[in-house]
Amino acid sequence: MELIFEKSRPGRGATTIPRSDVPEVSVGSIMDKNLLREDVDLPEVAEVDLIRHYTQLSKRNFGVDVGFYPLGSCTMKYNPKINEDVAKLPEFTALHPYAPADFSQGSLQLMYKLRQYLSEIFGMADFALQPAAGAHGELTGIMVIKKFFEKKGERRSHILIPDAAHGTNPASGALCGYRTVTVRSNREGGVDIDHLRELMTDDTAGLMLTNPNTLGLFERNIEQVAEIVHAKDGFLYCDGANANAFMGKARPGDLGFDVIQLNLHKTFSTPHGCGGPGSGPVGVGEKLVSHLPIPRVVKREDIYDWDYNCPDSIGRVRAFYGNFNVMVKAYTYIRSLGPDGLKRASEIAVLNANYVKEKLKPYYDLAYDRVCMHECVFSGRRQVKESGVHTSDIAKRLLDYGYHPPTIYFPMIVPEAIMIEPNETESKETLDAFCDTMIAIAHEAKGNPDLVRSAPLTTPVRRLDDVKAAREPDVCWKGIR
Amino acid sequence: MEYIPHTPEDQRQMMESVDIRSIDDLFTDIPEKYRLKSLLNLPSALSEQDVSALMKGIGSQNKLPSITLMGAGVYHHYIPAVVGHVISRSEFYTAYTPYQAEISQGILQAIYEYQTMIAKLTGMQVANASMYDGASAMAEAVVLAAKTLNRTKIVVVRSIHPEYRQVVGTYAWSNGYEVVEIPYEKSGRLNRDALLQAVDDRTAAVLIQSPNFFGIVEDIASIESDVHAKGALLVSGFTEATSLGILKPAGAMGADFVVGEGQAFGNPMNYGGPYLGIFASTDKFLRKIPGRLAGATVDREGKRGFVLTLQTREQHIRRERATSNICSNEALCALAAAVYLVCLGKNLKNLAELNFQKAHYLKENLSGLKGWELVFSAPIYNEFVMRCPDPKTVNQKLQDEGVIGGYELGKEYPELKECLLFCATEMLTKDDIDRVVSIIMGS
Repeated sequence: MELIFEKSRPGRGATTIPRSDVPEVSVGSIMDKNLLREDVDLPEVAEVDLIRHYTQLSKRNFGVDVGFYPLGSCTMKYNPKINEDVAKLPEFTALHPYAPADFSQGSLQLMYKLRQYLSEIFGMADFALQPAAGAHGELTGIMVIKKFFEKKGERRSHILIPDAAHGTNPASGALCGYRTVTVRSNREGGVDIDHLRELMTDDTAGLMLTNPNTLGLFERNIEQVAEIVHAKDGFLYCDGANANAFMGKARPGDLGFDVIQLNLHKTFSTPHGCGGPGSGPVGVGEKLVSHLPIPRVVKREDIYDWDYNCPDSIGRVRAFYGNFNVMVKAYTYIRSLGPDGLKRASEIAVLNANYVKEKLKPYYDLAYDRVCMHECVFSGRRQVKESGVHTSDIAKRLLDYGYHPPTIYFPMIVPEAIMIEPNETESKETLDAFCDTMIAIAHEAKGNPDLVRSAPLTTPVRRLDDVKAAREPDVCWKGIR
Repeated sequence: MEYIPHTPEDQRQMMESVDIRSIDDLFTDIPEKYRLKSLLNLPSALSEQDVSALMKGIGSQNKLPSITLMGAGVYHHYIPAVVGHVISRSEFYTAYTPYQAEISQGILQAIYEYQTMIAKLTGMQVANASMYDGASAMAEAVVLAAKTLNRTKIVVVRSIHPEYRQVVGTYAWSNGYEVVEIPYEKSGRLNRDALLQAVDDRTAAVLIQSPNFFGIVEDIASIESDVHAKGALLVSGFTEATSLGILKPAGAMGADFVVGEGQAFGNPMNYGGPYLGIFASTDKFLRKIPGRLAGATVDREGKRGFVLTLQTREQHIRRERATSNICSNEALCALAAAVYLVCLGKNLKNLAELNFQKAHYLKENLSGLKGWELVFSAPIYNEFVMRCPDPKTVNQKLQDEGVIGGYELGKEYPELKECLLFCATEMLTKDDIDRVVSIIMGS
């Protein structure tokens, strides 16, 4: 497909700027010529060209509304349309963040209550809504821990992270100046308790644990884990990326977690928009509340306002208050589902994952054969050994059948990993059809491995050359129109 | 309202095939004493109709102003109808990060085009797929500069948006960097002598903003060679992206990184977010910059296609040695910005000029008020600072008439406690401006 630049024709345009109704001041008379640009080199197309261009592009894109999207760890559940409509209300979209409190009582109230709801759902003392995405929330959570030690006059040098963790965990720890130390997983897919005990010292800031972990397994020894971390006055951090597994079933705060970051764009169904905007609220226990980012929404005699007087805060992690419009969607979602709906969402998410796990178990090697939570992880090693078909081939073959593939090659501790997260919003028929397809591909891998290795055959482009893209990087068009 | 398609019969069959009697059998890995025995203490579920009414009710507790004179990092601009239509296509908004390139060519190409337009506008060779916002983009540039040069001193000009400086401060604190603040001079521009004095061979980055927080256009070329002479990197920020329509880009004046807020390109003010952080750099940093990059390549048949590229910089591969921890960015906001830029095309210059005209008309009129004076003399784009008797009362008077007034600078700049920062965009008509003046005058 042509680039928008290739469609550009000199003199064409998709807008007109209103005529000025004020006395003219010439720019050149006020600003030195060397401060001004000569030309704006942007495409010139008509409105119809623009709309057709982006409509054509949209048809080359796969979203949850197009089909089943079992991308493990990303919680690609259906996104209710009412959330989108509500978030587009001008009262929410058209307000300036520095609008006086008089003008913004609705927005302030919504953020105040969202904090309360999240605190209740996850059993934390309070939440901060400022972080813009999950990884940003992780960073904020680790900063809060760092601040706690600093206030105590302590310096701890490192943080523990299990080998199954998301890559953002070690990267967030490092961005906070912590050395990251890896904790091994045990044979059941949980934390190796002996290894944890050995690594946890007075110099350890804490443990960043994803629970359920990236194998989709709930940490059975969570009490012991919390005890070991707390015995050295460290903090237990929960990566809440997988929170869709336990809403209304258990609360991280009760389980001993001191900090949690959420991904509203996963668990609370605010759509992911091809890679954002997300929202990554951070919840903490009582001990850490004073270190959360500024400002904080407060309620003083029924009036909501911002409080900037938080001397022990880590400060700001972004400008303004966070991705407010995403919060509107999450708030709507929580109010729609209510406590029983949230609980049922988690229950059915877990049932769906176990259903898929049982159906595919005979055809693909299960990484850990036990009850899983909201996702299940297989290994494609049998297919590699039997027919030289890799997990990446299976994923590409799924494209031909109209599915978004599961997450692949993650977690890294499972060779040829296939991580399936079906979500509660998918019906039995959808799961059956997907499983039938996965089984058909397992058969194809045996009978006609070349077919699987040459997939996809039906997509707008065939397999793309990643190596060329990295060796001869072309990230900005330099062509001549 | 639940979004679960399972009939009781579906559920029964599924439970049978996973061999459980009750759903709770799936949750036995949670230690018994921690399993919740009662429902969460939350308001009861609502029907779609009820939740719609509820949310409209909450919205109605916000008041929309008739006129906004507030800029200060977020700008009220007209958003062409095409923008909303494109980003409302659910093939875009319900997709995840484009990990599977063959079924994500739409967003990958759109991001590639976005990167191209941003690089052109900022005068840079490279732009990424977006950061969280302008402030965090600036902070990430600092971290990258410090890591690249293995230096830990950061020089920051005081006329950078206060919240950006705070975010830089937070990131600097967590990484153990020293931040040195440089004053602005009487004209409103950065104090060049103080800056040159502060920059030494320990300095990793010099941070400036243009137009700066006071709306003033900095003379970037005048400091560039001195910054580089000390081996430091120059990070040039902006908060008002439409200024790129008339101003010579920092990239063309020697900046190593141009970072800023892209909200003004087709994204509503949204009470603070989501917006998009613009991050552009010279070629030299291509393999180091944070965030996603869409790149062009070919498929097996030689056909052009796009992928996420140079991923070895990123956290999911490099983990603790990654350039940054960023994963999700603001792709849909970047798409909105791309559509906006395509829609405006060369008219971006005319739009910027219109902003300039409106701001100068407002400035002239406010300057004529008794006791009011313009604080800084250097050229401005669409914001400016006025000293006036009792700014709080002025703002209150405006608020009483449904107008959001200027930003009270005293909060962040004690030396400017009698000053207001005003902004005028194309959204203000001459009548609006005349009305503002008469509200202020009528006391």
